[in-house]
Amino acid sequence: MDDRRIEKAISILLRGGVLFSAMVVLCGGILYLAQFGNRVPDNHVFHGEPTELRSVSGTIRAALSGRAGGIIQLGLLLLILTPIIRVVISVVAFAAEHDYMYVTFTLMVLAVLLYSLTGA
Amino acid sequence: MDTTAFTFVVFFGSLVAGFLGALTGLGGGVVIVPLLTLALGVDIRYAVIATSSGAAAAYLREGFSNIRIGMFLELATTLGALLGAHLASHLPTRVIAAIFGIALLFSAYFSAREHPKISSDQTPDPLAQKLKLDGRYPTPEGMQEYHVRGVPLGFSLMFGAGTLSGLLGIGSGAVKVLAMDRAMCIPFKVSTTTSNFMIGVTAAASAGVYLRRGYIDPGLAMPVMLGVLCGSMLGAAALIRLRTHVLRILFSLVIVALAIEMILNAIKGRI
Repeated sequence: MDDRRIEKAISILLRGGVLFSAMVVLCGGILYLAQFGNRVPDNHVFHGEPTELRSVSGTIRAALSGRAGGIIQLGLLLLILTPIIRVVISVVAFAAEHDYMYVTFTLMVLAVLLYSLTGA
Repeated sequence: MDTTAFTFVVFFGSLVAGFLGALTGLGGGVVIVPLLTLALGVDIRYAVIATSSGAAAAYLREGFSNIRIGMFLELATTLGALLGAHLASHLPTRVIAAIFGIALLFSAYFSAREHPKISSDQTPDPLAQKLKLDGRYPTPEGMQEYHVRGVPLGFSLMFGAGTLSGLLGIGSGAVKVLAMDRAMCIPFKVSTTTSNFMIGVTAAASAGVYLRRGYIDPGLAMPVMLGVLCGSMLGAAALIRLRTHVLRILFSLVIVALAIEMILNAIKGRI
């Protein structure tokens, strides 16, 4: 595969990932407004979200049990995952070109991203 | 105002911001964050975080990007974004607001200026050659080669750009211009598309930290993300047909006004 075809594939993946995550967020959003639409919003003072929505597994559990916040959060997680998958594809593409310097750089970027999602 | 009304206001605001952001190349955050904090009274940290999770949606356009430059500089921006996201939860809101205002002023300044002309007859730079950063891009006169330089300076500036975007939730376009166009002498077309290519990855690094710490409010992030996405898609479609020079100057004036408002509020401690 040459660079242009890799870029084309990546661009399709990015669009697909973004649109799919937007659909999930939209579904969660409709449910959210149906449940909490007539409440007064509370964003004036900063406070954290429940611990349930702080991890990948907790978000998936909340989404599967049909909670609106969980579904929105799952959509946002998919949005975050989209560029991460792009980085994974780049690792494969550089490896196919036997460009091991860039395989190393790309793996380092991937490590930072995974650290931010799981360890930070 | 109940939650439904609030959600729709945020959605339409984000839509306009995403539209203008895509047209001018500055991204939606420069308008959304002031809108949420100044007009709707949302804590600036919520605003920043909702925006940077939504900003990942704006990187749809790619073209003449240089994957190697992008990946190499992403090392700097993701590490910077981690630092910025950590700082965002520790710094007081008025400090963040003041830094935001100053970053806006720089963005406006650089967006109103013409792009630097880059001469094509430069000698290759040894470090850039070693990192295989040089490339070519199509022009009306055929393929044009370019040589990258100033790698250490560009890399350090991109670390700063990543920190700012993690802290402020904006693409920090001004720092990007400084790093890629000025310090590294990358042609404008290549630097713009490469930086679009990088936005998603940089935003993912800070959004990951925010998510882990429970800072993303689903109810606020939802309309911001959907609004920015729709707006930036409309903006990208309109970009082909519109003359952006006048718009760019108008938008810069709006940003200057917002920047001053943010800084004044920060000084008075009302944010």
